[in-house]
Amino acid sequence: MLDSNHGLYLEPILARYHLRPENLVQILREAQEHFGYVHPDALDYLSVKLNLPRARVEGVASFYTFFHLQPCGKYRVLFSDNITDRMLGNQALMERLCRNLWVEAGKMSEDGLVSVDYTSCTGMCDQGPALLVNGQAITRLSAERIDRICELIRAQAPLADWPPEYFVVTDNIRRSDVLLAGDWPAGESIRAAIARGAEAVLEELKLSNLRGRGGAGFTTATKWESARAAPCPADKPERFVVCNADEGEPGTFKDRVLLTRHADLVFDGMTVAGFAIGAAKGLVYLRGEYHYLLPALLAKLEERRGNGLLGKAVCAQPGFDFDIEIHMGAGAYVCGEESALLESLEGKRGVPRNRPPFPVTCGYLGQPTVVNNVETLCKAALIALKGGAWYASLGTKQSTGTKLLSISGDVENPGIYEYPFGVSVAQVLNDCGAGNAQAVQVSGASGICLAMHEFSRRIAFEDVPTAGAFMVFGAHRDMFEVARNFAHFFAHESCGFCTPCRVGTSLVVNFMDKIANGHGSQYEINEIFKIHRLLHAASHCGLGQTACNPIFDTLQKFRPAYEQRLRSLDFEPAFDLDQALAVARQMTGRNDAGAHFDAHGREVEVGVQS
Amino acid sequence: MKQATLILDGMPVPFADGQTIMDAAMAADIFIPHLCHHPEFRPQGSCKLCTVKANGRYVSSCTMQARDGMEVENNTPDLNDKRRTMLQMLFVEGNHFCPSCEKSGNCMLQALAYELEMLNPHFDQFYPDRPLDASHPEVLLDFNRCILCELCVRASREVDGKNVFALAGRGMTKHLIVNARSGRLADTDFSLSDRAAHVCPVGVILEKRQGFSVPIGKRQYDEQPIGQQMDRLAERTAKVED
Repeated sequence: MLDSNHGLYLEPILARYHLRPENLVQILREAQEHFGYVHPDALDYLSVKLNLPRARVEGVASFYTFFHLQPCGKYRVLFSDNITDRMLGNQALMERLCRNLWVEAGKMSEDGLVSVDYTSCTGMCDQGPALLVNGQAITRLSAERIDRICELIRAQAPLADWPPEYFVVTDNIRRSDVLLAGDWPAGESIRAAIARGAEAVLEELKLSNLRGRGGAGFTTATKWESARAAPCPADKPERFVVCNADEGEPGTFKDRVLLTRHADLVFDGMTVAGFAIGAAKGLVYLRGEYHYLLPALLAKLEERRGNGLLGKAVCAQPGFDFDIEIHMGAGAYVCGEESALLESLEGKRGVPRNRPPFPVTCGYLGQPTVVNNVETLCKAALIALKGGAWYASLGTKQSTGTKLLSISGDVENPGIYEYPFGVSVAQVLNDCGAGNAQAVQVSGASGICLAMHEFSRRIAFEDVPTAGAFMVFGAHRDMFEVARNFAHFFAHESCGFCTPCRVGTSLVVNFMDKIANGHGSQYEINEIFKIHRLLHAASHCGLGQTACNPIFDTLQKFRPAYEQRLRSLDFEPAFDLDQALAVARQMTGRNDAGAHFDAHGREVEVGVQS
Repeated sequence: MKQATLILDGMPVPFADGQTIMDAAMAADIFIPHLCHHPEFRPQGSCKLCTVKANGRYVSSCTMQARDGMEVENNTPDLNDKRRTMLQMLFVEGNHFCPSCEKSGNCMLQALAYELEMLNPHFDQFYPDRPLDASHPEVLLDFNRCILCELCVRASREVDGKNVFALAGRGMTKHLIVNARSGRLADTDFSLSDRAAHVCPVGVILEKRQGFSVPIGKRQYDEQPIGQQMDRLAERTAKVED
C-alpha cells in the first residue's frame, strides 16, 4: 500500500529524526527539499510511519506557506514583499521576471520549470529588494540581476553555479555599542555563570532588569526564575530553553546579524539559561527565510561540542549537560508568538495556545520552558559575564541596556544600529541619514507609526517600545500604501484560529483595496475603525490585536493620504458596473464608448466611433 | 470555607475550584453566547463569541478560570455589539442560506443571530467555493456552513478515538478536511453512531434521509430562544437517533 519510491528518501529522513512526531515540520521540510514538493504518497507514508492521522499530517503541511502540496516549479522564486521592498521597486522586478520567463505570478510555468510569487518580508530590508530562490536568499535585486536570473533559470543552472555575489548577505553594522563592539570568546560567559552559581546568575539578571527584546518586554529574570521553580513530574524532570529566532516582523533583521556575527554569544546565552533554570536541552527555532544560515550554525554547534561547550559536563562542570538543536520554521509569521512557536516545535500547526498556563510552567512537550529572543539571550550572556549592575548602568531606569535597531527605508545608511535605550527618534534619524522623513514605523507592522511631530520621543519601553524594526518613510511616500501593505501582510499571516482575526483581517484588506481602487468613502474608514476595536478586544493573540494598528495610526496622523482617495464622504458601492462589463467587452472585441458605463452607472454618451 | 463567587453582571455566581467563567455561568443558568464551546469537550476558545470583560479585560469566558471576587461583564451593549459583528463575520465567511438549510431552527449560529438581533450580514459576502461531500452512505457533509468550531474534530479524536476530521490551510483558507487521501468521508471509518456525527452546531454534518422530519417551526430554537435554553445547552449529551 505504501509507495516504496517515497520510502526510499523518506526512510533516512525519518531515521534521522528518530521517527518522532514532534519533528514533523522538520521531516516535511527535508522531504520537500528532496522531492520538490510534498507528494500525497509522502503524506500517506509519513502518516503511517509516525503513527499520526493522515489528516493531521496534511493539516500541518498546509499550514506553512513554504510547504507545497502540489507540484511547483523546479525553481521556486519568492519575492520579498515588505513595504521596503516595494519602495525599492520589487513589483516592477517581479513583472520583468514573469514577462521574461512567460509565467504568471502564483502559478507554475507550463513546463514545470519555474513558479513565481510574493512572500512576506524575508529580513533583507537593508539590502533589498530581495527574493528567495528554492529557499536561498538573493539580495540587491536590479533589472540586470533579474535578467541574468532568467537566463540561469532557462539554462537550468544549479544554484551552486549561480554568481556567488548574488547570495551575499552583508551585516551592515553602522553603530556599535557594548554588544556589537565587543569581542566575546565562546564559552566565557558560561564559565562566568558557573563560577557565580545558578542562583547568583539569577540575582545578577534581576539586578540588570533585562527585559525581553522580542517586543513584549517581559522581565527576563522573572521568566527564568519561574521556569526554574516550576514543578516537573518526577518521571520527566526536563526543562527547556528555546531561542526564538523566528524573526518575522516586517522590517526586522537584527537577529540575522547576531546569528551571523555572534552565534557563539547566542549559544552561550542559551547555555547560561540552561544552567540557571536546570535545563539540559536548548532548541533554536530559526525562521525558514534564514535557511542559508543553517550550515554555519550547525558547524558552530559541532565546534562547541568539540570544545566542551556543549554535551556532557559543559565547561568541565560535572552534572551540567546541555546540548542545542536547531529547528527550521517554514513560513509562518505567527510562529514568532511564543506559544505558537512551541506548537510548531512540537510538529503541529503554529496556532497560539490558550494561556495560562504559560510556557514557563507548561511549554515544550508540556515541560517548563524559557522562550527568549535571540537578542535577549545575547544580553543575558553579557550579564552573566559582566554583572547586572554594569548592565543596569546603561540605558534608562525602566529600560536598561542597549537595543539593536534594524533600520531600513528612505535612509542613506540602512543597517544595524545599537543604541543605549532612551535615544530619541530624531537622533536615530539623524545618524542613519534620513533627510526628509515624514514618518517612522517603529517595531514593524504591529508597532507604532510616528509622525514628524513625535520624533522627539524616545526608544524605550516607557515611551516607544520596539522589537527592533525602524522603517523610515520619506516625504514623497504614500502612507496609505504603507498601511495597505501591512493590512495584506496580516491577512496573509493570520493563523485563522479565532473568528475576529481570521475574518477581520480579510475584511480590512477588502476595505483598503476598495479605497485604493477609488471606490472608498467615509463608510469604509468607519468600518475599519470598528473592526480595529473588535480585533483589539477579542483576538486570541497579539497578531490579531495589533493587526489594525498601522491603519489606525496612519488614519490618525496621515488622514489626507486616505481622504484624497475617497470618492465621496458618504458611501460608494464596491461593485463597478463598468468593470463588470470587461469580460463582455473582451468576448465581443468591443471597446467603444457604447460598451462602457461611467463610475455612476450611467451609460457613457456615444461619441465618434473609432 | 467561604464559597468562592464571581460577580456576573452584578449577580454573585458561586463556582468550584478549576471552573471557568463559562462553567460557572452555565451552572447558574446564565447564558453567555458561544459556538465552539460544549460542556462535554475541552474548551478551545476560538469562536470568541463568549468574550466577556473580566476585571476590565476582554477574555474568553470558556477558557478563563473563575476567580473569587472577579467582576465579569457579560450582557452589555458593548459586548453584544462585538458578538453581533463576529456573527456577521461568520455568516459572510461561509455560505449560509438559512431558508433552504436543513438545520434551520436547530442551528446555533442562526439561533444566536436571532438572540443578538443580527438583522443582516452587514459585510460583503466572501462566497467561498466549498464543494459538498455526499460520498458517505449515512451522512452528508455541507462545508458551506462550517464555522471551524472544531467540535467534530474534538469529538472524533477524544470520544470516538478516530480522528476523522482535522483542519487544514491557514487564515481565510482554513478549512475542515477528513482523514482520507481522497478527501471523501466514505473513505474514512466514520459512522453515524460516532459522537462526532452529532455535535455540529450548524449544518455541516447532516444525517441522510432525515431531512425535515421535524417541520420548521417545531424545532429546538423555534420553541424558545437559545438564551432561555440553559438546561439543554448545559446538558447536551449524545443524541444518537435509534
